[in-house]
Amino acid sequence: MADLNKPAWRNDAFAKVTGRTRYTDDLKFPNLLHAVPVYSEHVHATLRGVDTRAAAASEGVVRVITARDVPGTNRFGQIVQDFRVFADDRIRHNGDVVALVVAQTRDQALRAAEMVRVDAIPLPSVLDPEEAMKPGAMLVHEEFGTNIINTHRIRRGDIEEGFRVSEVIVEHEFATPWVEHAYMEPEVAVCQVRSDGVMEVYGSMQHPFSTRRFVSAVLGVPLADVEVIGTPMGGGFGGKDDTAAIVCARAALAARLTGRPVKLMYRRDWSIRESYKRHPYRVKYKMGLTRAGRIKAVHCTIIADGGAYCSVTPWVTWRSTVQCCGPYEVPHVHCDTFGVYTNNPVTGAMRGFGSPQVNFVVESMIDIAAQRLNMSAIELRRINMVRQGSVTITGQKLDNHTVAMEQVLDAVLRETDFENKVRTCPRGAGHEEEQYGIGLAMSYRGVSLGAEGVDFCAAMINVQADGSILIETGIHENGQGAESAMMLIAARELGVAVERIRYRRSSTSVIPDSGTTVASRGTIMGGGAVTLAAQDLKQKIAETVAPAMDCLPGELEFRDEQIVHPPSGRSTSFDKAIQEMFSQKRFPHAFGVFKAPTVTWDEHDGQGKAYFTWVYGCQAIELMVNRKTGKVRLLNAVAAHDVGSAVNRAMLEGQFYGGMAMGIGYALHEDLEVVDGRIQNANLNAYRIPRAMDMPEMKAIIIENPDPESPSAAKSIGEPTNELMAPAIANAIFNASGKRHFHLPIRCVPEG
Amino acid sequence: MTITVNGTVRELTPDVLQKRLVEYLREDLDLTGTKNACDIGACGACTLLIDDLPLKICTKRVHEVAGKRITTIEGLARNDGTLHPLQQAFVDHGAIQCGFCTPGMVLTAHAFLLKHPTPTRSEIRRAIYGNLCRCTGYQQIVDAIAAAAPYYATHSQP
Repeated sequence: MADLNKPAWRNDAFAKVTGRTRYTDDLKFPNLLHAVPVYSEHVHATLRGVDTRAAAASEGVVRVITARDVPGTNRFGQIVQDFRVFADDRIRHNGDVVALVVAQTRDQALRAAEMVRVDAIPLPSVLDPEEAMKPGAMLVHEEFGTNIINTHRIRRGDIEEGFRVSEVIVEHEFATPWVEHAYMEPEVAVCQVRSDGVMEVYGSMQHPFSTRRFVSAVLGVPLADVEVIGTPMGGGFGGKDDTAAIVCARAALAARLTGRPVKLMYRRDWSIRESYKRHPYRVKYKMGLTRAGRIKAVHCTIIADGGAYCSVTPWVTWRSTVQCCGPYEVPHVHCDTFGVYTNNPVTGAMRGFGSPQVNFVVESMIDIAAQRLNMSAIELRRINMVRQGSVTITGQKLDNHTVAMEQVLDAVLRETDFENKVRTCPRGAGHEEEQYGIGLAMSYRGVSLGAEGVDFCAAMINVQADGSILIETGIHENGQGAESAMMLIAARELGVAVERIRYRRSSTSVIPDSGTTVASRGTIMGGGAVTLAAQDLKQKIAETVAPAMDCLPGELEFRDEQIVHPPSGRSTSFDKAIQEMFSQKRFPHAFGVFKAPTVTWDEHDGQGKAYFTWVYGCQAIELMVNRKTGKVRLLNAVAAHDVGSAVNRAMLEGQFYGGMAMGIGYALHEDLEVVDGRIQNANLNAYRIPRAMDMPEMKAIIIENPDPESPSAAKSIGEPTNELMAPAIANAIFNASGKRHFHLPIRCVPEG
Repeated sequence: MTITVNGTVRELTPDVLQKRLVEYLREDLDLTGTKNACDIGACGACTLLIDDLPLKICTKRVHEVAGKRITTIEGLARNDGTLHPLQQAFVDHGAIQCGFCTPGMVLTAHAFLLKHPTPTRSEIRRAIYGNLCRCTGYQQIVDAIAAAAPYYATHSQP
């Protein structure tokens, strides 16, 4: 479907490249007030009071808001309502907000924020998740009686039998760090009360519907009295869900209390301090294999630092659990996963959503096991990988889509000449200053939310009298090109040029709640809804024009701007058909809802059909390790992913490259430094995301096996690309230096 | 005191001279293409051209650039509204995702290509080293800049 020769296409490129795009902070409102958050010095403390008198008396200050000013509920959360809009009983992490200062200018608000006094008694901090799990540990939330947020488990086969029949046992512990999303645009919201009393919310967030829920709950008003309007967003990567919604809720409260439009724009250091991160994991992993290379047993314990609030920790750790053995068939599995409260930074959704951590472990373990068995790591993968009809570790039979594991692996092996090159790797031998290594990793990934939640999406197509088309979906444009993908899918299905179509920026007051634009679900869920809406529209149009064309509606085809009856060769133009519909007062308006196929889950044994379909990916990298400096120089990276059906080739490749870059950052650069619960590197000079010079040349190999479960045939790509580079790099570094790394980010120690 | 912004000469009053440059451009002139994403000159989203040289301006005051010629992203397209070939290359090569780094990235690349119209890919990477992008992995940005380079090599006033 994707045309190799066509230049890239997206509906917002012209506006973005000319600087005309209005992001939230670029919107202008008359009579605007400015708000800034106030933090405390504490990490864990009993909050006795917040003295706002001096701040309130400061020049230009209109209002200082604390928890006492919240008319509705001060607590919320998607799973557990433990998040506070403003700290009330306790400070639970260093990013808790105690007050909001609203002033005529931002400078005035910043000055007054310094004058807010916090009266709090420090408590011992809970900083180590393993300690936090022990009985008698200090509790982060006393009312829950435990620091354990959630557990998940898998019990498959007989783990003791599995290790009894194993001839080689490999056992290691791994650790991964906090990761900051580092979207280029920090959180921001502008809210105003419209003359009809509706609270209008513009903001940088990727879940307009949960934002609306939070705003409505905080204000204590019905959902219909809050309208969240989709606004161009400078990146999200999973990071603009609940904490970004809180920013909107605070701005809305300030607008309600002052009666004026209020902007709450985050500085980078506030953004990093307050927003949630990717969970740090500690993983104990034991794998048993036969000498012939068949994996017989996996025993693993996964502990995720959930930080001060639950956020989506149960869902993130669920994906880690389901995918804890990688894309391999393992008959005996015993996995225990824990999400744990601490007073560390909050953790939640980030691109990958629990898979980057476990993939680093599993794909490192596979290479370690292959070395122990004196076997090629590729051969070991081939022996154990899932194939058509395989049964996953949760008992799901993979028979409803093309299982492309071997296809993507072979594509990467061919492109890189992997098996010849890996034989030349020194693994620490020799005396060259720079040593060459190549490594790879592969994964399968359950698509969309799976048994985490109810999964559906709505789309509307509204054809105008002149044949121009408006579409709207419940999917949010995070910057990834979701709107363009929806438009191209609609154009493909309706057989018209994409230039006819305008994507109407979605409003929560128009389209039904379609969930959040996370989990790589934009294209499959939104595209599914658009496809179904387009099919409904075609049916309506066909019923209108069929009598005049002397045929049955089902015999008509939509292509090249025409509605064609192939047997007779008769046709009518799309424009004429629409005119006919309007003249008959049959409006060309269609609504589509794609509800994900049913999934099942048994929490007790961790068994079930976890996801309705899966994607398959493999990535390889070539690099040089300098033994004197420890510096790692990346040469080339290759990725192959089965995407179902490619919708927008250049944007798809962009998802490959961007995901690989984040994976490289995870492997080698990014390390949020948290000391005693306080983030030390809260800006982009010290928290180091990859720069252009850090990146290798990359190649994207797009594999297309149309997915029968997806109405548009397309699957997912955003996250799969982000979950493989860390283990590929770890394996390549081992092949170069002979040294195995169990912690991220990898730091190669200079020799001698 | 005056300043020239995208070809227009503007008078600078004493109170304006003390303003942050990014606020003057974004608030007073409504040139919101210049972004502010870190406040410390670390990310490059605020990059614009001062006498054709790229500068991160988020820490600058207006008086520091008084008398100079400033080009913002809004000043790069042709007067008839068509895109500059470099901008067109960004569009055609899929170099734009969220777009927040795009203005600074395009201006940095423009200044670089004015001086180095036949760069290697490695030189392009070095040129945009100070401009962070979290979406693209830079691959298609480098593609776009490389594709636009011949235009600079063959035109006297690109």
